[in-house]
Amino acid sequence: MEKTLVIKNKTGLHARPAALFSQKASSFASDIKIEANGKSINAKSILSVLSLGITQGTEIKLTAEGPDGSQALDALAELISTFKD
Amino acid sequence: MLKLNGIGVSEGIAFSKVFIYKKENPEIVKKAVKDTEAELTKFKSALDESEEQLDLLYKKACEELGEEDAGIFTAHKMFLEDPEFVLGIRENINSGDNAEFAVKKVADSFIESFSLIDDEYIRERIADIKDVSERLIKNIMGIKEKSLSDIEEECIIAAYDLTPSDTAAMNKEKIKGFITQIGGKTSHTSIIAKTIGIPAVVGVDDIFKRFKGGENIILDGFSGSVFISPDEDTAVKYMEISVNYNNEKNKLKKYTERETVTSDGKKYKVFANIANHHDVSYVTENGAEGIGLFRTEFIFMDRSSLPTEDEQFEIYKSVLESMAEKPVIIRTLDIGGDKEAQALNLSKEANPFMGYRAIRICLDRKDIFKTQLRAILRAGVYGNAEIMFPMISSVEELLKAKDVLNEVKNELKSENAEFSENIKTGIMIEVPSAALISDILAKNCDFFSIGTNDLIQYFTAVDRTNEKVQDLYNPYNPAIIRILNYIIFNGLKAGITVGMCGELASDENFTDMLCGFGLNEFSVNPSSVLKTRRNICLSNSKDNEKKASDVLKAQSSDEVKNILKNGM
Repeated sequence: MEKTLVIKNKTGLHARPAALFSQKASSFASDIKIEANGKSINAKSILSVLSLGITQGTEIKLTAEGPDGSQALDALAELISTFKD
Repeated sequence: MLKLNGIGVSEGIAFSKVFIYKKENPEIVKKAVKDTEAELTKFKSALDESEEQLDLLYKKACEELGEEDAGIFTAHKMFLEDPEFVLGIRENINSGDNAEFAVKKVADSFIESFSLIDDEYIRERIADIKDVSERLIKNIMGIKEKSLSDIEEECIIAAYDLTPSDTAAMNKEKIKGFITQIGGKTSHTSIIAKTIGIPAVVGVDDIFKRFKGGENIILDGFSGSVFISPDEDTAVKYMEISVNYNNEKNKLKKYTERETVTSDGKKYKVFANIANHHDVSYVTENGAEGIGLFRTEFIFMDRSSLPTEDEQFEIYKSVLESMAEKPVIIRTLDIGGDKEAQALNLSKEANPFMGYRAIRICLDRKDIFKTQLRAILRAGVYGNAEIMFPMISSVEELLKAKDVLNEVKNELKSENAEFSENIKTGIMIEVPSAALISDILAKNCDFFSIGTNDLIQYFTAVDRTNEKVQDLYNPYNPAIIRILNYIIFNGLKAGITVGMCGELASDENFTDMLCGFGLNEFSVNPSSVLKTRRNICLSNSKDNEKKASDVLKAQSSDEVKNILKNGM
């Protein structure tokens, strides 16, 4: 299962947004990955999320494999849409 | 009883037990591993131990600094719980690495990928990864590190050297004095000791061989003597000295609320110098009339990335708010010379005091300079801020710095940001060329502050950090007296305020003379505010002016000293 979206908030997937994102991802049983800037990493790892350096305007692809995969993707996309700063 | 001799850099007497503060820097090497299971267990228990330590630190920081500042420990804990971090380490151990080496490898690979990202926030996290992996490694290797923040009993700290990060979190209530192996009158140890008002002795050789920890000692911050297991006679003698000193200090308290005015009614100001926002409480306790020097370089030191605009803004704002409407002179970044900043990656120079430092760096690295100026200007609306440029050596340099300031103001204006538009702008006079053209410089700024430490070093060609030439570092040299008079004269003639923020401002031998020269403002360490004010209040203009004119005629350092000390 996968979903492609664009990061719209100003700070990108940094700081607090990155922390919230990986915390949310960790609450699901599925394996979740983010692909961006030519790399694919574990979405549950804040260090890996930060190491992608996802800035405003970056296109990211989320993939999830596992029992709650589709819920996970919906929840993460929903979370990203709430980031304002 | 054993007597050791060092250099007394902060006055006072302390009687207490020694606390050894030694930082361990373990060497992390790959070792042959026989029992992989045992390495995994070591890692697991170190992980648990680190989490417990971080929980405790978080609790403590919440109580002492507030939840926002404590957040750093939550971030560290998140890194410890990061699945890729933990799994990566386990995988390395499983493929034959010893636990501490596995941690280092994984931490280094994250640091590498973070350092490739061109973003201030991400680069700042490198320091966090380093910090948290060092904690983990020390726990794996069983290195117990004592921190100055966990001190529960009264003690005197013995250390090789003390840095701002060592002293930031220390338990100030319990620490009665410092002894260090290295350092001088202007090093961090002495600045922080004078700020808090505790005695300090530096330059004690082989410090970790001299002390074992827990022994009773007497620390004499006046003479630089340290007595280990003192005999009764010495203890009695020092009790007396200490009682007298404390009585003197108590007598000074009545000057806290007073104006600084001579017996015949001439007004002066006594300000204080600070290195960080935690020092402000000492400034207000001692009744300083303002902050004459806020050394902002300490915000930039001991970290691997540069502080952001918002981070600086918060610090300046908190200082300005605590000082209410009193003036706060914020000196822009004065790094280089004897102060290093990792984040700037400055290369070693043969002549650092004459090299790439202070305003020279700022005019070259405009990004850093502008970030700081933006933060100061924005914070300026919360109080009475003034900007001061260090190390100015020509009028062109001053004009260039002012151009950048104007550029920043225009940017803020176009962003509709709130900022202090009419902020006063002044310069440090510490380079001989600036002193000699002080008449020209005075037409281009709102105030001078004479930085005597560097002025004396440059004017007399004496490296103030070189112990071999310390005898030549002599403020009584008639050349220094003349140049001080010349700078003050030029500033006053142009109608600008002239202050002094170097050591000389708090040297009581010079107070009368400087009043006589017409110096407006004395900026001293917080613990010297009251003494300086008392000395000014007890003097009168006629005598001060006479001293000033007599000293200008002196033909030698000895004559100068005689006039200043004995009035003849």
